[in-house]
Amino acid sequence: MSDISIQDTEYEANMGDYFALLKPRVMSLVVFTALVGLLVAPVPVHPFIGFVGILCIAVGAGASGALNMWWDADIDQLMKRTAGRPIPAGRVTAGEALAIGLALSGFAIVLLALATNFLAAFLLAFTIFFYAVIYSMWLKRATPQNIVIGGAAGAFPPMIGWAVATGGVSIESVLMFALIFMWTPPHFWALALFVKSDYGNAGVPMLTETHGRDATRKHVIIYTLLLVPVALGLGLTSIGGPVYMAVAVLMNAWFLKGAYDIYRRDDAACEADNHAVEIAVFKVSLYYLFAHFGALLIEAALRQNGIGGW
Amino acid sequence: MAIKVEHELHERRRGRNMGVGLLLIGFIAIIFGLTVVKVLQLGEAAQFEKFDHVARPQIVPQEGEN
Repeated sequence: MSDISIQDTEYEANMGDYFALLKPRVMSLVVFTALVGLLVAPVPVHPFIGFVGILCIAVGAGASGALNMWWDADIDQLMKRTAGRPIPAGRVTAGEALAIGLALSGFAIVLLALATNFLAAFLLAFTIFFYAVIYSMWLKRATPQNIVIGGAAGAFPPMIGWAVATGGVSIESVLMFALIFMWTPPHFWALALFVKSDYGNAGVPMLTETHGRDATRKHVIIYTLLLVPVALGLGLTSIGGPVYMAVAVLMNAWFLKGAYDIYRRDDAACEADNHAVEIAVFKVSLYYLFAHFGALLIEAALRQNGIGGW
Repeated sequence: MAIKVEHELHERRRGRNMGVGLLLIGFIAIIFGLTVVKVLQLGEAAQFEKFDHVARPQIVPQEGEN
């Protein structure tokens, strides 16, 4: 044999397959909220350091996605939505995903510490730990409240962005965290009410399946009610202002009405109109988060020009 | 048999190798950029000119200065 022969019959993963491990769609939301957290902070950040900070947060989030795919490969292959992910589809091995997840986590945390400060790096490390260990390994398969606590992982980015700029934690960043944290359950359960999921087949407890759809509807309205004071409260802090408040009042009224409409329905009504209300509320929930963080950004821009704020 | 310099594997992994190369270039750019920004943020040059192993008369404190 004169030639080197290395697995030339197997599929060769390309960059796109590795990139898919990082859950790019989740990453885009992380980048947006982290960027808002960074830009609304009262301390100016050098643009390049800000860019590196956001990059580290995005890579850290991607790394936790890769760790999640490594751990969940067994259940991902049982569900239609996730069966096409790189590991269950056989394009990337589980070991590669683990290696990429760990390496990128280390890279993102160390670089964030060096480029910005240790608190931001600690928060990023905690977020990755929370998503990969507390959510993926522990809660996801243990309790139907998984989505509530798991939502915390998605809520950290604006807090990290704020810490990149200020080096601290304050009421503003805690409320930005709380806004996403409280928003996640009604957002997700509205989706769960109209998507035919196969979580049950994979043994993952979901509220719609463990407690039924009526209980889920009740949860949607309760969590939306709890979300409202958080969203309005954020408007009273130093990063809020009249523009934010107007947007918050409008969006909360809209979301609350949608949650109430869901609460009043039963399965027959849902089947009759093909889940039209649930689908509409899910869309509103997307606008809701975007509008709140967008309004915070507008307030920050106005403040820079000497207007806006209270 | 002649030694083949180009193995079929090289062709197959071209995209991946290019990707790794670009990532490395990006990484170098980030570290270089961070270094420049961090050093410039120190402000006065005297703060970071002290340890280049060359006599720098301009940074030696003058008499009466502290």
